[in-house]
Amino acid sequence: MTKGILRIGNAQGFWGDRGDAPATLAAQQPDLDYLTLDYLAEVSMSILAAQKQRDPTAGFTRDFVESLRALALLWAQRRAGGHPLRVVTNAGGMNPRGCAEACAAVLRDAGCKGLRIGVVSGDDVLPILRERGGAFANLDNGRQLGRDLPLDALVTAHAYIGAAPIVEALAAGADLVVTGRVADPSLTVGPCVHHFGWSVEDFDRVAGATVAGHLIECGTQVTGGISTDWLNIPGTENLGYPVVEVSADGGCVVTKPASTGGRVDERTVKEQLVYEIGDPGAYLSPDATVSLLSIKLGGDGRDRVRVTGAKGSPPPPGYKVSATFRNGFRASGTLTIFGRDAVAKAKRCADVVRARLHSAGGEPEQWLDECLGANAAAPVGRQNHSEMMETVLRITVADRRREVVERFTRELMPLVTSGPQGITGYAEGRPRVHEVYGYWPCLIDRKLVTPRVECIEV
Amino acid sequence: MTPLREIAHARSGDKGSGANVGVIAYTPAGYELLRRLLTPAVVETYFKPMGVGVVRRYEMANLGALNFILPGVLGGASGRSLRIDAQGKALGQALLELELDVSADELKRCAGSGG
Repeated sequence: MTKGILRIGNAQGFWGDRGDAPATLAAQQPDLDYLTLDYLAEVSMSILAAQKQRDPTAGFTRDFVESLRALALLWAQRRAGGHPLRVVTNAGGMNPRGCAEACAAVLRDAGCKGLRIGVVSGDDVLPILRERGGAFANLDNGRQLGRDLPLDALVTAHAYIGAAPIVEALAAGADLVVTGRVADPSLTVGPCVHHFGWSVEDFDRVAGATVAGHLIECGTQVTGGISTDWLNIPGTENLGYPVVEVSADGGCVVTKPASTGGRVDERTVKEQLVYEIGDPGAYLSPDATVSLLSIKLGGDGRDRVRVTGAKGSPPPPGYKVSATFRNGFRASGTLTIFGRDAVAKAKRCADVVRARLHSAGGEPEQWLDECLGANAAAPVGRQNHSEMMETVLRITVADRRREVVERFTRELMPLVTSGPQGITGYAEGRPRVHEVYGYWPCLIDRKLVTPRVECIEV
Repeated sequence: MTPLREIAHARSGDKGSGANVGVIAYTPAGYELLRRLLTPAVVETYFKPMGVGVVRRYEMANLGALNFILPGVLGGASGRSLRIDAQGKALGQALLELELDVSADELKRCAGSGG
Protein backbone atom coordinates (compact mmCIF):
# COMPACT_ATOMS: atom_id res chain seq x y z
CA MET A 1 0.00 0.00 0.00
CA THR A 2 1.22 3.46 -0.81
CA LYS A 3 2.01 5.46 2.26
CA GLY A 4 0.37 8.88 2.35
CA ILE A 5 3.50 10.79 3.31
CA LEU A 6 7.00 10.26 1.97
CA ARG A 7 9.84 11.57 4.13
CA ILE A 8 12.92 12.62 2.20
CA GLY A 9 15.95 14.16 3.84
CA ASN A 10 19.06 15.83 2.47
CA ALA A 11 22.30 15.49 4.40
CA GLN A 12 24.80 16.82 1.89
CA GLY A 13 24.38 20.15 0.16
CA PHE A 14 27.73 20.20 -1.62
CA TRP A 15 31.06 18.41 -1.82
CA GLY A 16 32.67 19.60 1.39
CA ASP A 17 29.59 19.48 3.59
CA ARG A 18 29.74 17.62 6.93
CA GLY A 19 30.80 14.02 6.43
CA ASP A 20 28.91 12.75 9.48
CA ALA A 21 25.65 14.40 8.41
CA PRO A 22 24.14 11.39 6.53
CA ALA A 23 24.46 9.03 9.50
CA THR A 24 23.45 11.74 11.94
CA LEU A 25 20.28 12.70 10.05
CA ALA A 26 19.33 9.03 9.59
CA ALA A 27 19.70 8.48 13.35
CA GLN A 28 17.81 11.66 14.27
CA GLN A 29 14.89 10.88 11.96
CA PRO A 30 14.07 7.16 12.33
CA ASP A 31 10.98 7.41 10.09
CA LEU A 32 12.96 8.80 7.14
CA ASP A 33 12.21 6.96 3.88
CA TYR A 34 14.88 8.46 1.63
CA LEU A 35 18.17 10.21 2.13
CA THR A 36 19.42 12.36 -0.76
CA LEU A 37 23.03 13.51 -0.94
CA ASP A 38 24.15 16.14 -3.44
CA TYR A 39 27.87 16.40 -4.13
CA LEU A 40 28.18 17.99 -7.55
CA ALA A 41 28.62 21.68 -8.23
CA GLU A 42 29.16 23.01 -11.74
CA VAL A 43 32.90 22.47 -11.93
CA SER A 44 33.15 19.47 -9.58
CA MET A 45 33.29 17.19 -12.60
CA SER A 46 36.55 18.72 -13.82
CA ILE A 47 38.21 17.93 -10.47
CA LEU A 48 36.87 14.37 -10.65
CA ALA A 49 38.01 14.11 -14.28
CA ALA A 50 41.57 14.97 -13.24
CA GLN A 51 41.41 12.29 -10.53
CA LYS A 52 40.11 9.73 -13.00
CA GLN A 53 42.87 10.57 -15.43
CA ARG A 54 45.45 9.70 -12.77
CA ASP A 55 43.55 6.58 -11.66
CA PRO A 56 40.83 5.01 -13.85
CA THR A 57 39.11 3.52 -10.78
CA ALA A 58 38.67 7.01 -9.25
CA GLY A 59 36.55 9.94 -10.43
CA PHE A 60 33.78 9.86 -7.84
CA THR A 61 33.46 11.58 -4.45
CA ARG A 62 35.32 9.39 -1.95
CA ASP A 63 33.75 11.45 0.83
CA PHE A 64 30.49 9.65 0.17
CA VAL A 65 32.07 6.23 0.53
CA GLU A 66 33.50 7.36 3.87
CA SER A 67 30.10 8.64 4.98
CA LEU A 68 28.59 5.33 3.97
CA ARG A 69 30.85 3.52 6.42
CA ALA A 70 29.20 5.43 9.27
CA LEU A 71 25.74 4.95 7.77
CA ALA A 72 26.05 1.20 7.14
CA LEU A 73 25.40 -0.07 10.66
CA LEU A 74 22.31 2.04 11.05
CA TRP A 75 21.18 0.99 7.63
CA ALA A 76 21.36 -2.68 8.54
CA GLN A 77 19.33 -2.00 11.68
CA ARG A 78 16.68 -0.12 9.71
CA ARG A 79 16.28 -3.02 7.29
CA ALA A 80 16.03 -5.50 10.14
CA GLY A 81 13.46 -3.25 11.81
CA GLY A 82 11.18 -3.31 8.79
CA HIS A 83 11.53 0.38 7.84
CA PRO A 84 14.18 0.36 5.16
CA LEU A 85 15.99 3.55 4.28
CA ARG A 86 16.93 4.23 0.70
CA VAL A 87 19.73 6.53 -0.38
CA VAL A 88 19.92 8.49 -3.63
CA THR A 89 23.12 10.37 -4.46
CA ASN A 90 25.01 11.91 -7.36
CA ALA A 91 28.32 10.96 -5.70
CA GLY A 92 29.13 8.84 -8.76
CA GLY A 93 30.45 11.90 -10.53
CA MET A 94 32.60 10.84 -13.48
CA ASN A 95 32.44 7.17 -12.52
CA PRO A 96 29.12 5.98 -11.03
CA ARG A 97 29.97 2.31 -11.59
CA GLY A 98 33.31 2.68 -9.79
CA CYS A 99 31.60 4.52 -6.97
CA ALA A 100 28.99 1.76 -6.63
CA GLU A 101 31.71 -0.89 -6.49
CA ALA A 102 33.56 1.01 -3.77
CA CYS A 103 30.26 1.33 -1.89
CA ALA A 104 29.59 -2.39 -2.27
CA ALA A 105 32.98 -3.20 -0.74
CA VAL A 106 32.30 -0.92 2.25
CA LEU A 107 28.81 -2.33 2.75
CA ARG A 108 30.08 -5.92 2.54
CA ASP A 109 32.67 -5.16 5.22
CA ALA A 110 29.91 -3.72 7.37
CA GLY A 111 27.77 -6.85 7.04
CA CYS A 112 25.12 -5.27 4.81
CA LYS A 113 24.89 -8.23 2.43
CA GLY A 114 21.79 -8.41 0.28
CA LEU A 115 21.58 -4.69 -0.47
CA ARG A 116 21.17 -3.72 -4.09
CA ILE A 117 22.89 -0.72 -5.64
CA GLY A 118 21.43 0.94 -8.72
CA VAL A 119 23.88 2.68 -11.00
CA VAL A 120 22.65 5.49 -13.25
CA SER A 121 24.95 6.56 -16.08
CA GLY A 122 24.67 7.89 -19.60
CA ASP A 123 25.00 11.53 -18.63
CA ASP A 124 28.50 11.78 -20.10
CA VAL A 125 28.09 13.50 -23.49
CA LEU A 126 31.69 14.55 -24.09
CA PRO A 127 32.09 12.36 -27.22
CA ILE A 128 28.96 13.93 -28.72
CA LEU A 129 30.21 17.47 -28.10
CA ARG A 130 33.60 16.60 -29.57
CA GLU A 131 31.95 15.13 -32.64
CA ARG A 132 29.37 17.85 -33.28
CA GLY A 133 31.10 20.89 -31.76
CA GLY A 134 29.33 23.68 -33.66
CA ALA A 135 25.89 22.63 -32.44
CA PHE A 136 26.71 23.54 -28.84
CA ALA A 137 26.61 27.28 -28.41
CA ASN A 138 27.52 28.64 -24.99
CA LEU A 139 24.27 29.65 -23.27
CA ASP A 140 25.96 32.53 -21.45
CA ASN A 141 27.66 34.27 -24.34
CA GLY A 142 26.64 32.60 -27.61
CA ARG A 143 30.17 31.46 -28.44
CA GLN A 144 30.56 28.48 -30.73
CA LEU A 145 32.31 25.30 -29.76
CA GLY A 146 35.06 24.45 -32.24
CA ARG A 147 35.25 28.04 -33.50
CA ASP A 148 35.71 29.97 -30.24
CA LEU A 149 37.02 27.08 -28.17
CA PRO A 150 39.17 24.23 -29.51
CA LEU A 151 37.37 20.92 -29.07
CA ASP A 152 40.39 19.32 -27.42
CA ALA A 153 40.25 21.90 -24.62
CA LEU A 154 37.04 20.27 -23.35
CA VAL A 155 37.59 18.22 -20.21
CA THR A 156 34.08 17.11 -19.28
CA ALA A 157 30.55 17.40 -20.63
CA HIS A 158 27.57 16.06 -18.73
CA ALA A 159 23.86 16.34 -19.37
CA TYR A 160 21.61 17.10 -16.42
CA ILE A 161 19.39 14.07 -16.83
CA GLY A 162 16.15 13.79 -14.91
CA ALA A 163 14.38 11.52 -12.48
CA ALA A 164 13.35 8.75 -14.90
CA PRO A 165 16.45 6.52 -14.52
CA ILE A 166 16.31 6.96 -10.73
CA VAL A 167 12.72 5.76 -10.79
CA GLU A 168 13.82 2.79 -12.89
CA ALA A 169 16.58 1.90 -10.42
CA LEU A 170 14.21 2.14 -7.46
CA ALA A 171 11.65 -0.02 -9.28
CA ALA A 172 14.40 -2.58 -9.76
CA GLY A 173 14.72 -2.73 -5.98
CA ALA A 174 17.77 -0.56 -5.46
CA ASP A 175 18.44 0.41 -1.83
CA LEU A 176 21.14 2.82 -2.91
CA VAL A 177 21.07 4.71 -6.20
CA VAL A 178 24.37 6.18 -7.37
CA THR A 179 24.23 8.60 -10.26
CA GLY A 180 26.56 10.88 -12.14
CA ARG A 181 25.20 14.25 -13.19
CA VAL A 182 21.46 14.54 -12.71
CA ALA A 183 19.52 17.71 -12.01
CA ASP A 184 19.71 18.31 -8.24
CA PRO A 185 15.93 18.29 -7.60
CA SER A 186 15.61 15.01 -9.54
CA LEU A 187 17.25 13.23 -6.59
CA THR A 188 13.99 14.03 -4.75
CA VAL A 189 11.60 13.73 -7.71
CA GLY A 190 12.74 10.15 -8.42
CA PRO A 191 11.69 8.74 -5.04
CA CYS A 192 8.34 10.62 -5.20
CA VAL A 193 7.44 9.33 -8.67
CA HIS A 194 8.44 5.81 -7.66
CA HIS A 195 6.60 5.85 -4.34
CA PHE A 196 3.36 7.50 -5.39
CA GLY A 197 3.24 5.93 -8.82
CA TRP A 198 2.77 9.27 -10.57
CA SER A 199 2.98 9.49 -14.31
CA VAL A 200 6.08 11.46 -15.29
CA GLU A 201 3.67 13.62 -17.26
CA ASP A 202 1.69 14.53 -14.17
CA PHE A 203 3.49 17.83 -14.29
CA ASP A 204 1.81 19.58 -11.34
CA ARG A 205 2.79 16.80 -8.95
CA VAL A 206 6.25 16.51 -10.47
CA ALA A 207 6.56 20.30 -10.10
CA GLY A 208 5.67 20.00 -6.41
CA ALA A 209 8.36 17.38 -5.90
CA THR A 210 10.82 19.52 -7.86
CA VAL A 211 10.16 22.41 -5.49
CA ALA A 212 10.65 20.07 -2.52
CA GLY A 213 13.96 18.97 -4.06
CA HIS A 214 15.02 22.56 -4.75
CA LEU A 215 14.32 23.46 -1.11
CA ILE A 216 16.47 20.69 0.40
CA GLU A 217 19.23 20.30 -2.20
CA CYS A 218 21.53 22.75 -0.40
CA GLY A 219 21.17 21.05 2.97
CA THR A 220 21.14 23.46 5.90
CA GLN A 221 20.53 26.51 3.71
CA VAL A 222 16.79 25.99 4.34
CA THR A 223 17.11 25.35 8.09
CA GLY A 224 18.86 28.58 9.04
CA GLY A 225 22.17 28.43 7.19
CA ILE A 226 23.08 31.64 5.33
CA SER A 227 19.89 33.29 6.60
CA THR A 228 19.74 37.06 6.70
CA ASP A 229 18.78 36.52 10.35
CA TRP A 230 21.63 34.06 11.00
CA LEU A 231 22.84 35.76 14.16
CA ASN A 232 19.48 35.05 15.79
CA ILE A 233 19.20 31.46 14.58
CA PRO A 234 19.42 29.11 17.58
CA GLY A 235 21.85 26.20 17.75
CA THR A 236 23.99 27.08 14.74
CA GLU A 237 26.66 24.63 15.98
CA ASN A 238 24.21 21.81 15.42
CA LEU A 239 22.04 22.90 12.49
CA GLY A 240 19.48 20.26 11.57
CA TYR A 241 19.54 18.97 8.00
CA PRO A 242 16.24 19.33 6.18
CA VAL A 243 13.44 16.83 5.73
CA VAL A 244 10.48 17.21 3.36
CA GLU A 245 7.27 15.30 4.01
CA VAL A 246 5.85 14.97 0.51
CA SER A 247 2.13 14.27 0.01
CA ALA A 248 0.54 12.34 -2.83
CA ASP A 249 -0.57 15.62 -4.43
CA GLY A 250 3.03 16.85 -4.65
CA GLY A 251 2.78 19.38 -1.83
CA CYS A 252 5.18 19.10 1.07
CA VAL A 253 6.03 20.20 4.57
CA VAL A 254 9.61 21.36 5.09
CA THR A 255 10.96 20.51 8.52
CA LYS A 256 14.02 19.22 10.40
CA PRO A 257 14.58 16.67 13.14
CA ALA A 258 13.47 17.62 16.65
CA SER A 259 16.26 18.57 19.04
CA THR A 260 18.48 19.95 16.30
CA GLY A 261 19.54 23.55 15.99
CA GLY A 262 18.40 25.94 13.32
CA ARG A 263 14.99 27.16 12.28
CA VAL A 264 12.47 26.37 9.57
CA ASP A 265 9.99 29.19 9.08
CA GLU A 266 8.49 31.11 6.19
CA ARG A 267 11.56 33.32 6.04
CA THR A 268 14.11 30.52 5.71
CA VAL A 269 11.91 28.74 3.17
CA LYS A 270 11.33 31.87 1.08
CA GLU A 271 15.05 32.63 1.00
CA GLN A 272 15.84 29.15 -0.29
CA LEU A 273 12.96 29.28 -2.80
CA VAL A 274 14.56 32.30 -4.47
CA TYR A 275 18.10 30.90 -4.25
CA GLU A 276 19.83 30.75 -7.63
CA ILE A 277 16.63 31.03 -9.64
CA GLY A 278 16.00 32.90 -12.87
CA ASP A 279 12.46 33.50 -14.12
CA PRO A 280 10.23 32.32 -11.25
CA GLY A 281 7.46 31.64 -13.76
CA ALA A 282 9.62 29.06 -15.53
CA TYR A 283 12.07 27.26 -13.26
CA LEU A 284 13.61 24.75 -15.65
CA SER A 285 14.36 21.15 -14.76
CA PRO A 286 14.56 18.04 -16.93
CA ASP A 287 11.41 16.73 -15.22
CA ALA A 288 9.13 19.75 -15.59
CA THR A 289 8.99 23.48 -16.18
CA VAL A 290 7.85 24.80 -12.82
CA SER A 291 6.02 27.98 -11.96
CA LEU A 292 6.92 29.19 -8.49
CA LEU A 293 4.35 31.99 -8.79
CA SER A 294 1.42 29.89 -7.60
CA ILE A 295 3.18 28.48 -4.54
CA LYS A 296 1.54 29.06 -1.18
CA LEU A 297 3.33 28.82 2.13
CA GLY A 298 1.61 28.08 5.41
CA GLY A 299 2.66 27.49 8.98
CA ASP A 300 2.22 23.93 10.21
CA GLY A 301 3.65 24.16 13.71
CA ARG A 302 7.10 24.82 15.07
CA ASP A 303 9.83 24.39 12.45
CA ARG A 304 7.28 23.18 9.90
CA VAL A 305 6.27 25.06 6.74
CA ARG A 306 3.72 23.75 4.28
CA VAL A 307 4.53 24.38 0.59
CA THR A 308 1.73 23.80 -1.91
CA GLY A 309 0.40 24.94 -5.25
CA ALA A 310 3.37 24.52 -7.62
CA LYS A 311 2.29 24.38 -11.24
CA GLY A 312 4.11 22.31 -13.81
CA SER A 313 4.25 22.07 -17.58
CA PRO A 314 6.42 19.96 -19.90
CA PRO A 315 10.17 20.35 -19.50
CA PRO A 316 12.30 22.00 -22.19
CA PRO A 317 13.03 19.79 -25.21
CA GLY A 318 16.75 19.73 -24.55
CA TYR A 319 18.82 18.73 -21.56
CA LYS A 320 21.12 21.32 -20.09
CA VAL A 321 24.77 20.34 -20.40
CA SER A 322 27.50 21.43 -18.05
CA ALA A 323 30.81 21.24 -19.87
CA THR A 324 34.20 22.30 -18.58
CA PHE A 325 37.38 23.19 -20.40
CA ARG A 326 41.02 23.83 -19.59
CA ASN A 327 41.40 27.55 -19.18
CA GLY A 328 44.95 28.19 -18.03
CA PHE A 329 46.28 28.76 -14.54
CA ARG A 330 45.68 30.99 -11.59
CA ALA A 331 47.05 31.83 -8.18
CA SER A 332 45.82 33.96 -5.34
CA GLY A 333 47.81 35.28 -2.41
CA THR A 334 47.16 37.47 0.61
CA LEU A 335 49.16 39.71 2.92
CA THR A 336 47.82 41.62 5.91
CA ILE A 337 48.64 45.30 6.19
CA PHE A 338 48.20 46.85 9.61
CA GLY A 339 48.73 50.49 10.43
CA ARG A 340 47.79 54.01 9.46
CA ASP A 341 46.71 54.43 5.79
CA ALA A 342 46.40 50.64 5.55
CA VAL A 343 44.39 50.68 2.32
CA ALA A 344 46.71 53.15 0.59
CA LYS A 345 49.69 51.03 1.59
CA ALA A 346 48.00 47.86 0.34
CA LYS A 347 47.25 49.51 -3.00
CA ARG A 348 50.91 50.57 -3.25
CA CYS A 349 51.99 46.98 -2.50
CA ALA A 350 49.82 45.76 -5.37
CA ASP A 351 51.41 48.35 -7.66
CA VAL A 352 54.85 47.14 -6.63
CA VAL A 353 54.09 43.52 -7.50
CA ARG A 354 52.57 44.52 -10.79
CA ALA A 355 55.49 46.74 -11.76
CA ARG A 356 57.96 44.00 -10.93
CA LEU A 357 56.06 41.49 -13.05
CA HIS A 358 55.99 44.01 -15.85
CA SER A 359 59.74 44.47 -15.83
CA ALA A 360 60.34 40.73 -15.37
CA GLY A 361 58.73 39.84 -18.67
CA GLY A 362 55.09 40.78 -18.70
CA GLU A 363 51.97 41.14 -16.61
CA PRO A 364 49.47 38.29 -16.35
CA GLU A 365 46.49 38.36 -18.73
CA GLN A 366 44.14 38.77 -15.78
CA TRP A 367 44.92 40.66 -12.60
CA LEU A 368 42.79 41.64 -9.63
CA ASP A 369 43.86 43.28 -6.38
CA GLU A 370 41.33 43.64 -3.59
CA CYS A 371 41.52 45.13 -0.10
CA LEU A 372 39.53 42.75 2.06
CA GLY A 373 37.84 44.62 4.86
CA ALA A 374 37.10 47.51 2.54
CA ASN A 375 33.92 46.12 0.94
CA ALA A 376 35.90 44.02 -1.52
CA ALA A 377 33.20 41.36 -1.82
CA ALA A 378 30.67 43.94 -2.99
CA PRO A 379 32.21 47.36 -3.67
CA VAL A 380 28.98 49.36 -3.80
CA GLY A 381 27.45 52.12 -1.72
CA ARG A 382 29.46 54.52 0.39
CA GLN A 383 33.21 54.01 0.02
CA ASN A 384 35.55 55.70 2.45
CA HIS A 385 38.31 53.52 3.79
CA SER A 386 40.91 56.14 4.66
CA GLU A 387 40.44 55.58 8.41
CA MET A 388 40.92 51.83 8.27
CA MET A 389 43.83 50.54 10.37
CA GLU A 390 43.92 47.10 8.78
CA THR A 391 43.24 45.37 5.50
CA VAL A 392 44.04 42.07 3.83
CA LEU A 393 45.53 42.60 0.40
CA ARG A 394 44.45 39.79 -1.91
CA ILE A 395 46.00 39.57 -5.35
CA THR A 396 44.70 37.06 -7.87
CA VAL A 397 46.14 36.49 -11.31
CA ALA A 398 45.28 34.20 -14.20
CA ASP A 399 47.07 33.42 -17.43
CA ARG A 400 47.22 30.72 -20.07
CA ARG A 401 50.94 30.39 -19.33
CA ARG A 402 51.82 28.59 -16.12
CA GLU A 403 55.21 30.31 -15.88
CA VAL A 404 53.64 33.76 -15.74
CA VAL A 405 51.46 32.72 -12.83
CA GLU A 406 54.44 31.10 -11.12
CA ARG A 407 56.43 34.30 -11.45
CA PHE A 408 53.65 36.11 -9.58
CA THR A 409 53.81 33.62 -6.71
CA ARG A 410 57.49 34.49 -6.27
CA GLU A 411 56.97 38.26 -6.40
CA LEU A 412 54.44 38.57 -3.57
CA MET A 413 56.37 37.48 -0.49
CA PRO A 414 59.40 39.78 -0.90
CA LEU A 415 57.01 42.53 0.29
CA VAL A 416 57.39 41.09 3.79
CA THR A 417 60.74 42.88 4.03
CA SER A 418 60.38 45.55 1.31
CA GLY A 419 56.79 46.61 1.97
CA PRO A 420 55.25 48.95 4.56
CA GLN A 421 55.81 48.65 8.26
CA GLY A 422 53.08 46.46 9.75
CA ILE A 423 52.87 44.04 6.82
CA THR A 424 52.27 40.56 8.19
CA GLY A 425 50.21 37.42 7.79
CA TYR A 426 52.55 35.51 5.50
CA ALA A 427 52.74 32.22 7.39
CA GLU A 428 51.12 30.29 4.56
CA GLY A 429 54.10 31.02 2.32
CA ARG A 430 53.93 31.40 -1.44
CA PRO A 431 50.56 31.02 -3.13
CA ARG A 432 50.01 27.81 -5.07
CA VAL A 433 49.36 27.64 -8.79
CA HIS A 434 46.05 25.99 -9.71
CA GLU A 435 44.71 24.78 -13.01
CA VAL A 436 41.60 26.68 -14.03
CA TYR A 437 38.56 25.11 -15.61
CA GLY A 438 36.16 27.24 -17.57
CA TYR A 439 32.45 26.51 -17.63
CA TRP A 440 30.58 25.99 -20.89
CA PRO A 441 26.83 25.60 -20.42
CA CYS A 442 24.88 24.47 -23.47
CA LEU A 443 21.85 22.42 -24.52
CA ILE A 444 21.61 18.98 -26.08
CA ASP A 445 18.73 17.25 -27.84
CA ARG A 446 17.23 14.61 -25.54
CA LYS A 447 17.28 12.07 -28.32
CA LEU A 448 21.08 12.08 -28.27
CA VAL A 449 21.25 11.11 -24.59
CA THR A 450 20.49 7.61 -23.32
CA PRO A 451 20.40 7.23 -19.53
CA ARG A 452 21.38 3.72 -18.44
CA VAL A 453 20.52 1.79 -15.30
CA GLU A 454 22.31 -1.30 -13.99
CA CYS A 455 22.25 -2.98 -10.61
CA ILE A 456 24.97 -4.59 -8.58
CA GLU A 457 24.40 -6.77 -5.53
CA VAL A 458 26.28 -6.29 -2.30
CA MET B 1 16.65 57.47 4.55
CA THR B 2 15.96 53.87 5.47
CA PRO B 3 18.17 50.90 4.63
CA LEU B 4 16.42 48.15 2.73
CA ARG B 5 17.28 45.69 5.52
CA GLU B 6 14.60 47.22 7.74
CA ILE B 7 11.96 46.28 5.19
CA ALA B 8 13.22 43.08 3.59
CA HIS B 9 15.52 40.10 3.84
CA ALA B 10 17.42 38.60 0.92
CA ARG B 11 19.52 35.80 -0.52
CA SER B 12 21.90 35.78 -3.47
CA GLY B 13 23.94 33.32 -5.49
CA ASP B 14 25.47 32.82 -8.91
CA LYS B 15 23.34 32.23 -11.94
CA GLY B 16 25.29 31.49 -15.10
CA SER B 17 27.85 34.23 -15.59
CA GLY B 18 25.84 36.59 -13.41
CA ALA B 19 23.95 36.31 -10.16
CA ASN B 20 20.48 36.66 -8.75
CA VAL B 21 19.30 38.41 -5.62
CA GLY B 22 15.92 37.54 -4.15
CA VAL B 23 14.53 40.33 -1.98
CA ILE B 24 11.69 39.35 0.35
CA ALA B 25 9.51 41.94 2.05
CA TYR B 26 8.65 41.43 5.70
CA THR B 27 5.07 42.67 5.24
CA PRO B 28 2.52 43.00 2.40
CA ALA B 29 2.80 46.79 2.66
CA GLY B 30 6.55 46.40 2.37
CA TYR B 31 6.14 44.40 -0.81
CA GLU B 32 4.06 47.16 -2.39
CA LEU B 33 6.67 49.69 -1.32
CA LEU B 34 9.47 47.64 -2.86
CA ARG B 35 7.55 47.22 -6.11
CA ARG B 36 7.39 51.00 -6.29
CA LEU B 37 10.87 51.98 -5.07
CA LEU B 38 13.17 49.05 -5.80
CA THR B 39 13.05 49.32 -9.58
CA PRO B 40 15.45 47.51 -11.89
CA ALA B 41 17.02 50.91 -12.65
CA VAL B 42 17.71 51.60 -8.96
CA VAL B 43 19.31 48.19 -8.50
CA GLU B 44 21.31 48.56 -11.70
CA THR B 45 22.68 51.94 -10.61
CA TYR B 46 23.58 50.51 -7.20
CA PHE B 47 25.59 47.62 -8.66
CA LYS B 48 27.11 49.66 -11.51
CA PRO B 49 30.52 49.91 -9.75
CA MET B 50 30.71 46.12 -10.06
CA GLY B 51 30.10 46.19 -13.80
CA VAL B 52 26.54 44.87 -13.86
CA GLY B 53 24.68 44.76 -17.17
CA VAL B 54 20.97 45.32 -17.75
CA VAL B 55 19.11 44.25 -14.59
CA ARG B 56 15.86 42.30 -14.89
CA ARG B 57 13.25 42.16 -12.16
CA TYR B 58 10.64 39.45 -11.61
CA GLU B 59 7.72 39.92 -9.23
CA MET B 60 6.69 37.10 -6.92
CA ALA B 61 3.54 38.48 -5.30
CA ASN B 62 2.78 35.11 -3.71
CA LEU B 63 5.96 35.35 -1.62
CA GLY B 64 6.08 39.13 -1.31
CA ALA B 65 9.39 38.90 -3.12
CA LEU B 66 11.26 40.42 -6.04
CA ASN B 67 13.90 38.48 -7.93
CA PHE B 68 16.67 40.49 -9.58
CA ILE B 69 18.90 39.05 -12.29
CA LEU B 70 22.29 40.76 -12.35
CA PRO B 71 24.23 39.82 -15.50
CA GLY B 72 27.98 40.32 -15.47
CA VAL B 73 28.06 41.37 -11.81
CA LEU B 74 30.66 38.77 -10.83
CA GLY B 75 33.31 40.23 -13.14
CA GLY B 76 35.25 38.16 -15.62
CA ALA B 77 32.65 37.82 -18.35
CA SER B 78 34.94 35.41 -20.15
CA GLY B 79 36.06 32.66 -17.84
CA ARG B 80 35.79 32.54 -14.09
CA SER B 81 35.73 35.54 -11.83
CA LEU B 82 38.88 36.36 -9.91
CA ARG B 83 36.90 38.09 -7.17
CA ILE B 84 36.84 37.02 -3.53
CA ASP B 85 33.08 36.60 -4.01
CA ALA B 86 33.09 34.71 -7.30
CA GLN B 87 29.73 33.13 -6.41
CA GLY B 88 27.77 36.29 -5.62
CA LYS B 89 27.04 35.21 -2.05
CA ALA B 90 27.63 38.72 -0.68
CA LEU B 91 25.31 40.57 -3.04
CA GLY B 92 22.21 40.08 -0.90
CA GLN B 93 23.93 41.62 2.11
CA ALA B 94 25.18 44.46 -0.09
CA LEU B 95 21.74 45.24 -1.49
CA LEU B 96 20.17 45.27 1.98
CA GLU B 97 22.31 48.36 2.72
CA LEU B 98 20.65 50.31 -0.11
CA GLU B 99 18.94 53.39 1.30
CA LEU B 100 15.37 54.15 0.37
CA ASP B 101 13.30 57.27 0.87
CA VAL B 102 10.56 56.00 3.17
CA SER B 103 8.38 58.11 5.45
CA ALA B 104 8.21 57.22 9.15
CA ASP B 105 4.56 56.35 8.70
CA GLU B 106 5.27 53.97 5.82
CA LEU B 107 8.15 52.40 7.70
CA LYS B 108 5.80 51.37 10.51
CA ARG B 109 3.76 49.29 8.08
CA CYS B 110 6.78 47.79 6.35
CA ALA B 111 9.29 47.04 9.11
CA GLY B 112 10.19 43.47 10.01
CA SER B 113 9.85 42.17 13.53
CA GLY B 114 13.61 41.73 13.61
CA GLY B 115 13.42 37.94 13.72
